[in-house]
Amino acid sequence: MGFFVETLIGGLMAGMLYSLVALGFVLIFKASGVFNFAQGAMVLFAALAMARFSEWANIALGGDSLFLANLIAFLGAGVVMFIVAWIIERLVLRNLVNQEGATLLMATLGIAYVLEGVGQTIFGGQIYTIDVGMPKDPVIMFESLFEGGIMINKEDFIAALIAAVLVGVLTLFFQKTPTGRALRAVADDHQAAQSIGIPLNRTWVIVWCVAGIVALVAGIIWGSKLGVQFSLATVALRALPVVILGGLTSVPGAIIGGLIIGVGEKLSEVYLGPYVGGGIEIWFAYALALVFLLFRPQGLFGEKIINRV
Amino acid sequence: MKFRSLALAAAIASVGLSAAVVSPSAHAQAKEQFFPVLVYRTGAYGPNGTPWANGYVDYLKLVNAKGGINGVKISFEECEFAYATDRGVECYERLKGKGATVFQPLSTGVTFALTEKAPVDKIPLVTAGYGRSESQNGAVFDWNFPLLGTYWVGADVAIQHLGKQYGGLDKLKGKKIALVYHDSPYGKEPIPLLQERAKMHGFTLQLLPVAHPGVEQKATWLQIRRERPDNVLLWGWGVMNSTSLKEAQATGYPREKMLGIWWAGAEPDVKDVGMGAKGYSAITLQHGAEPNSKVVKDMLAMVHAKGQGTGPKDEVGSVLYMRGLISAMVAVEGVRKAQERYGKGKVMTGEQTRWGLENLNLDDKALADLGFAGVLRPIQTSCTDHMGSPWARIHTWDGAKWNFSSDWYQADQKVLRPMVMSASTRYAEEKKITPRTPEQCKQ
Repeated sequence: MGFFVETLIGGLMAGMLYSLVALGFVLIFKASGVFNFAQGAMVLFAALAMARFSEWANIALGGDSLFLANLIAFLGAGVVMFIVAWIIERLVLRNLVNQEGATLLMATLGIAYVLEGVGQTIFGGQIYTIDVGMPKDPVIMFESLFEGGIMINKEDFIAALIAAVLVGVLTLFFQKTPTGRALRAVADDHQAAQSIGIPLNRTWVIVWCVAGIVALVAGIIWGSKLGVQFSLATVALRALPVVILGGLTSVPGAIIGGLIIGVGEKLSEVYLGPYVGGGIEIWFAYALALVFLLFRPQGLFGEKIINRV
Repeated sequence: MKFRSLALAAAIASVGLSAAVVSPSAHAQAKEQFFPVLVYRTGAYGPNGTPWANGYVDYLKLVNAKGGINGVKISFEECEFAYATDRGVECYERLKGKGATVFQPLSTGVTFALTEKAPVDKIPLVTAGYGRSESQNGAVFDWNFPLLGTYWVGADVAIQHLGKQYGGLDKLKGKKIALVYHDSPYGKEPIPLLQERAKMHGFTLQLLPVAHPGVEQKATWLQIRRERPDNVLLWGWGVMNSTSLKEAQATGYPREKMLGIWWAGAEPDVKDVGMGAKGYSAITLQHGAEPNSKVVKDMLAMVHAKGQGTGPKDEVGSVLYMRGLISAMVAVEGVRKAQERYGKGKVMTGEQTRWGLENLNLDDKALADLGFAGVLRPIQTSCTDHMGSPWARIHTWDGAKWNFSSDWYQADQKVLRPMVMSASTRYAEEKKITPRTPEQCKQ
């Protein structure tokens, strides 16, 4: 029983981390109707900027204050993500207003390749470290209840908390602020939003910028866990089943989807894996998402699309 | 319109010109020995593939700086395949027609794909420290050269080392050993030998595959926490290795109980983990980090000091850099040996180089002359042994660098040989290959 609970908790925390990446997809889709295939590349780009700025700031400060170096790096990486958002809007999106969704999707594929290449050209292609003081050792709890106790990974726990806070802030932003409402209006209909005076270009810069900041937070957490290297870009693939399951337009959906996928893949690997040779958690997540697609194509919390005929 | 046409013409002309001028290596001249270089500097495995590629290319430059192979200069061309088997095969097809001397794909998946192509194209496939273990039998695998060690050597040495730590191989009885492996041909390669050893010594082998690229291993390490194996063997590549070490730390599994294969025992695997990987050991493909070796000093003086180094200077002598450098060295020595038979100062064909690789005899003196004293043990190949050396040792990460922590181990031929013969015979039957006879071997 203890092991089951441990696997469950491990899955929930992994799920929160997937949600963090999934949020980036949801944000951009919700605000611009674009399925942003470049989200993984944005995570990599932001993490690379953070890691290298932190390293350079630390050298410039004489290695005296890692906190200050990280703070400078975070602000610097934030500015970089703003510039990236602005360039994407100027060079790509502005030219594709009112184009088909597939066209915009292909454009984000191109953005992904450019970001991956440019990121590694500017910041380097080696493995870099982000040290934000995350604890690496586990803590054992409930030893009196379960034999051997329940092991909790402190790093995952803190990361899950950060993700939860970010989700709360973003939900409030979308529901309660005028900018959030403007973003939702733009997502519904570009032309209609423009006709009532919502500045499309500025809105897109804002949403890509917010997605960039989410990518930065995800990059810091995943980078701290895995090291900053190209594989971070593949983390986005882990979030795809999450958005399919949770729905592309729902922030809470990204969270619930993440938790279901996280728990589902861990339990499947541990309990089903040994019977089928193991290594099943990646495809299991997609299989789970596929089942959901069959019954609820819009995902658990996605908006049902009704077309008039 | 006229301006656009002119600009277009100028662009096309400049592309053509740059192809002709900027990449002379792309056009192997008749008097040059051409080495195709399959690399992966990008993608998930780029951090590990890059130092290997830099070492490989740097060594070719060093040979040229020393006057070439008996006067024959080397030309080379890189082909990036991002560790993707299909792209690796595409690179092979693209470069084989340029007079390729040998191919070294640095990928077991690509090696499997090329094993049937190499005999047709008559180009040797050198797989130093990877590839198919049964290809040690050159009587069946004429064109494969798993020089310096196969995964069965690595697995055998791993079990010997664990046995020694417990006070003898008989003490392994009842122990539980987990293999955390990359779910690919590479990761699966040691399983037959480990299963054989498990039967011999009575230990339990737990198999835990990790899907590419290996960034998510929580479920794997939860199983390790539940099963509490006495030791974990790590058969990973790239980001999978550092992730395993971090998960081991996160689940409280002692790093001292972990032993990696040589592809899980380099700087990129532990640098990011730092003190968290302290005590973790890995088998070496004979060498470790060798910053004080003569070949490294030569490299710094004759290549890097002249601004011709491929990668950063501080990488020279690191584990994977040395692996690439040694891989290039054995290929170059194959050509040199072939020249002894087919004519010094001549460009060797793939077929001639194959003979050279099959008759390599790098003794201590030859290795010392090349700058590898203390780095490698003697390598001697033959028709029936395309591996040439079954030795390995262990090094351990102290939080900042790798240090050798064991004496030399020799893979047990009594275990290895029957397995090699059985698997290669099976392959020969399946592919309808008639193994070479001792007489044919002499030709």
